[in-house]
Order: sequence, then structure tokens, then C-alpha cells
Amino acid sequence: MKKRHSSFMSARINPQYFHRSQIPFFIFLILFSTLMLLPILFILNQAFKPQSELFAYPPRFFVRNPTFDNFIELSRLISSSGIPFSRYFLNSLFVTIVGVLLAIIFTGFSAYALSKLKFKGKKLLFEINTLALMFVPIAVQIPRFLIIAKTGLIDTYFAHILPMITMPVAMFLIKQFIDQTPDELIESAKIDGASEMQIFFKIVAPIVAPAIATVGILAFQAIWNDTSTSTLYVNDESKRTLAFYMMTMVSGQGNTVAGQGMAAAAGLIMFLPNLILFIILQSKVMNTMAHSGLK
Amino acid sequence: MNKINRPVWFLIPYWTLFTVFVIVPVVAAIYLSFTYFNAIQPPSFIGIRNYIELVTMDSVFMQYVLPNTLKFALIVGPVGYTLSFMLAWMLAQIPKKPRTVLAIILYSPSLTMGVALSSMWRIIFSSDSQGYINSLLLNWGIILEPIQFLSSPQFLMTIMIIVSLWSSMGVGFLAMLAGVLNVDRTLYEAAYIDGVRNRFQEIFYITIPAMKPQMLFGAVMAVVSTFQAGTIGVALSGSNPTPEYAGQLIVNHIEDYGFIRYMMGYAAAISVVLLLMVYVISKVTWKILGERK
Repeated sequence: MKKRHSSFMSARINPQYFHRSQIPFFIFLILFSTLMLLPILFILNQAFKPQSELFAYPPRFFVRNPTFDNFIELSRLISSSGIPFSRYFLNSLFVTIVGVLLAIIFTGFSAYALSKLKFKGKKLLFEINTLALMFVPIAVQIPRFLIIAKTGLIDTYFAHILPMITMPVAMFLIKQFIDQTPDELIESAKIDGASEMQIFFKIVAPIVAPAIATVGILAFQAIWNDTSTSTLYVNDESKRTLAFYMMTMVSGQGNTVAGQGMAAAAGLIMFLPNLILFIILQSKVMNTMAHSGLK
Repeated sequence: MNKINRPVWFLIPYWTLFTVFVIVPVVAAIYLSFTYFNAIQPPSFIGIRNYIELVTMDSVFMQYVLPNTLKFALIVGPVGYTLSFMLAWMLAQIPKKPRTVLAIILYSPSLTMGVALSSMWRIIFSSDSQGYINSLLLNWGIILEPIQFLSSPQFLMTIMIIVSLWSSMGVGFLAMLAGVLNVDRTLYEAAYIDGVRNRFQEIFYITIPAMKPQMLFGAVMAVVSTFQAGTIGVALSGSNPTPEYAGQLIVNHIEDYGFIRYMMGYAAAISVVLLLMVYVISKVTWKILGERK
């Protein structure tokens, strides 16, 4: 009796091989995923359609003669505004890379301290951070704006970075992950005379690499996709980001048919880096999520 | 040498940012909510007048913003959350390779959240006959004239809900997927011996209780991302206020008063209401999930 059940069960959750009993799940999941994928496929096709196909009636879903026209047109339109496309792109690249690095170091440091170092108020800090998981940044955009104005961050690259990398979720995830590393490893390194900084960079960081990758990806998404910092904190056009420019360009052009192809191309340029990064790091992200529980 | 080992060096960077961008803004919002502040003159204290006005005089808030926000949140939150769990559970029933591919597909819409990509939906729902949905419907003969999807109050809210649900398989979904996969197998075996008879019983008596930490995390993420997504109506329709306030959510109301009318004290009061709403809803969700042991 027991034996039959266990062999029955092991074919179910997290199965190793395909089994007939999985067919209903496959059917549902594939249909549902296809539906979810449609808008993205549509943009992908739209971005590569030549003008004639954009105007076609009735409209086709799939592109027939793909071209880069929309991308070329997009970069021409952007450059005609006086600031070259590359400027926005480099701004975005710069703030995203610096932001991701700072997010990893800042949240990693704090997570390590809260997980492994001994000091007063440690529990309280973690509880405050857990409470802050419920924090909705958009609710306090006015005080944030006033603070950024007061601290002189207006029109600096830091205005794109600092508000976005304050991520309680990231700190929470990385702390939960560090909790899993055995204290003995750290103790023995201490006996060998390593400083806490050395322990963090040489021992802890490699072990918690999946969590670090996850924080990196969250920071990347937050900064790369963000338009609010350019809208609110940066008036200097030459310091604004690609996401912001794409948004303004698209809301100006998106309603015309010719603009649609460009808008789709712009959407694709913004979306693809997120997707590619996630695909590369997905197994690390899943590994981190296993420790994401709230107790 | 010993100085660099102090915990404080590890704490300063993150907690400085946390103080500046989380704690101070919340405290400032609470303080400003009791003042009249137009961003030019210093704030003057007026007690709870902002709150009284919000409840008694702001007819837009009571008639449109609050009902819209509740409707949006009560649909997108629970439906998105349930959907995330169901999909995560189903994904756990199939082998790893196809699961990974499908999980990436399901997760990818959440990467499009944010204003930059609402352009995508503006193309799809574009209001002239060249808009994709419009031309399909015209071609099939379902409608005779193109519908002004994004500027008509009738459709805007529905489209906002669809778009938000479409992109609701985010971090919480990934956490729940990891949760289902990590449920100890022996628990299932024991449960079937103890008389669990079908898969529904299995989900309710074994899977959910065993992955409760991930369920709670997913719930908080669902609540927060639902409210954070509040700007979508403005992004889709391209105007704040949205047409006839149809897609006006509390976040847009804050922007409207704060950055358009410069009534920052009043906007701060709305912010405080929003923060309280998120907190209360998270706690209630927590209670509901916590009791189902």
C-alpha cells in the first residue's frame, strides 16, 4: 500500500520525466502561456514591419518582410531632437551599471551584518525592513521630491540611482540567503585572521552568488525601466535616461500609424535587456526564491 | 584594523539610504498631511483639515478615486495572486526543461510593467481604425466604428485590469514556484497514508501549509505591486486626470494634487491614506492566510 502511493507521488511534484498524467497540465500551460505571449509577439512583429505592412488592412499579426526601418527611423527622430540617441543610451547604461553595483554592495553589506554579525538592535532593524516590504514608493513621491531637492541631488546622476536602489525586498532576500550559510565557515576564517570585510568578499559573497544575482536583476529592472526619476528629479535634458526618452517620444508619436512601428521598436529596445538578463540568471533567481518565505 | 570590522560599516550605506528614502519620506508625509503647503511658502499647520476635506469635500476622491482604487485592487490583487499560485502549482507538475521555458514566458510580462512599456498597449488598443484590436473587430464585422478604447470611461478600467493581471506573475510568482517545488515529498506520502484522497485536498492540506512562508511573501508582493501599478491608467490614456476619472486611482490623485495643483499638504494626506491602506490590506491578507493552517 505504502509503496504504491510513494511511486504514485514521485511522478507528480517536480517530476524528472514526462508522464502521460502531465498532459492536462501541459495543455493548459501551453495555451495560457501562448495567450500571455501574444502582446509581446505582437510588438516583436510590429517593430520589424515595413510601412506598407503597418498600414495593411486587415492588419496581419506576423511580419512578412522584416526590416530595420523602424529602428533606423527611431534613431533618426531621436538625433533630430539635438541630443544623440547614444547620449540617452549611455546615461541609462551608466546609471544602471553603477546602480546595480551599489545595490549589491549596500544591500549585501547590510544583509551580512543582520545575518552574521552581533550587535544591539539587529532584530529590530530586520523587523523594520520586513515592515518596509509593504512600502509603496510611489505613495511618498512628494516628500521624496522635496528631499532630493533639499539634498542637492536634482540634476545629478545620483537622482536616478539612490532612490531606486533602496529596495527592502532585495535586502530581505539576500539576508534570508546568508542565513543558510553555516557559521562554522565564518568562524574558521576568523580564526585564520580574516577581517569581516575579507570574510564578506571572499567567503560569503561567492556562496550567496545566486542572491546577489537576484538583487542585481531587481536593481537592473528598477533603474533601466524607470521614467519617474527623469520626470521628477532631472531637468537637464542631457542627463535624462533612455526609458524617459522612449516614453515621451512614444506618447508623441504612438497614435499615428507611422509612429506605431517606432513605438514598437522602442518598446522592444527597453524590454529585451530585461528578458535576456532574466533568462541568463533565472536558475540563480529561482534558487534565491526558495528562501524568500516570510515567517 | 579592528575598526573596519565593526558592524556599523556594513550598516551605514544601506540604512542611510533607507532613512533618507523610506523613513524620512514617510515621516514627512505624515507631518505635511497636517499642514497647508504649496511648495513656495513654508508649510503652515492646519490640524486635520486635509483629512476632513478629503472625506467630506473631495467629491472626486469619494466618487471616483476611492471606488476605482478598491475595485482595481480587489480584482487585480486576489485574482493575480490566485493565478500566480495556480500557475506555479501546475508548473511544478511538469519536468524541469519545459517548466523553465514556460515560467520565463509567464514571468516576462511583469518585466514590461512601468510607463515605458505602456506604449505597447497604446498601439494595440489604438483608437483609430488602424489600431490592432479595432481593425480586427472591424474586419470581423463585430463593430462598425472604431472604439475609443483608451479614452472612453467605459473601457479604460477594464483594460487597466487586464493589463495589470497580464503582468502580475512577478517576483511573488517566482517565490511561490520555488515554494511548491521545495515542499518535502515525504509530507505528501504521509498525507496520502493519512487519508488525503485527491489533489484538491492535497493542495489545501499539504502544499499551501507547507509553503506558507512563500505564500505570505507572494501576498505582500501582490498587494504592493497592485498599488504601485496605480499609474497605469494615466499611462494608457495619456492624461491625468483620466477621461471622466474612469481610471483615476489614488496614486494619480496624489500626483494630480501634488505636482499639478501644488497642494502638497493635501496630497500628503492622500499619501498617508494610501500607505495605511496598503498596510491594513497586507495585514488582513496575512490574517486570512495565517488562519488556514
